[in-house]
Amino acid sequence: MPNPKRRMSKTRRDKRRTHYKAQASSVTACANCNETKLTHHACPSCGYYSGRSMFIPKS
Amino acid sequence: MRHNVKGRKLSRTSAHKLALMRNLSTSLLKHKRIRTTLAKAKELRTFVEPLITKARRSDLHNKKLVMEQLKDKEVVKELFSDIVTTIGERKGGYTRVVKLGRRLGDSAEMAMIELVDYNEISNQKAVEKKDNKVEKKKEKAEKKAEKVEDAKVVEETKNK
Repeated sequence: MPNPKRRMSKTRRDKRRTHYKAQASSVTACANCNETKLTHHACPSCGYYSGRSMFIPKS
Repeated sequence: MRHNVKGRKLSRTSAHKLALMRNLSTSLLKHKRIRTTLAKAKELRTFVEPLITKARRSDLHNKKLVMEQLKDKEVVKELFSDIVTTIGERKGGYTRVVKLGRRLGDSAEMAMIELVDYNEISNQKAVEKKDNKVEKKKEKAEKKAEKVEDAKVVEETKNK
């Protein structure tokens, strides 16, 4: 079976990995209470989703 | 290729999965709104909605078919009486899934699944909106009528 001839140096390995980046999660302001919330999710602080209250949060 | 492969496995054997779906749908019909993982909620839709459709036809045969799945007699009774009347004319789409964010511990995406006609908080708003629309239409019609009357009066005074 073919195998790598040389060990990959730390630099080459790390250079390759410079393109591995964490994606920022998409966040918006809630239309009802202006609190930050995840898009396409119910607002955790007021329970609103797409302009309507879905549930009343515990607090 | 995943041709003709439907549904989620949910990391369970088929028997375990069936039992889970039965339990979840019993809970949903009992409490009208439950909180589970997103995958389970989405899978549950394909299981309960046909049961509710069967209940809407509500004859003995369909009742027996539903009884095969739901082991709680009280829940079946409620489904065939209260839930069916509340749902009324709605043709499918009896449930709603809303994402709630991730769970602490295993970071599983959580969701709320509910019977659409039982969400009093959101339905209230919808009803209010409808009422507002109707009222606005009435107001507009009244305004138009007033305008027409005013115009008539003006014409009459002009004629004099």
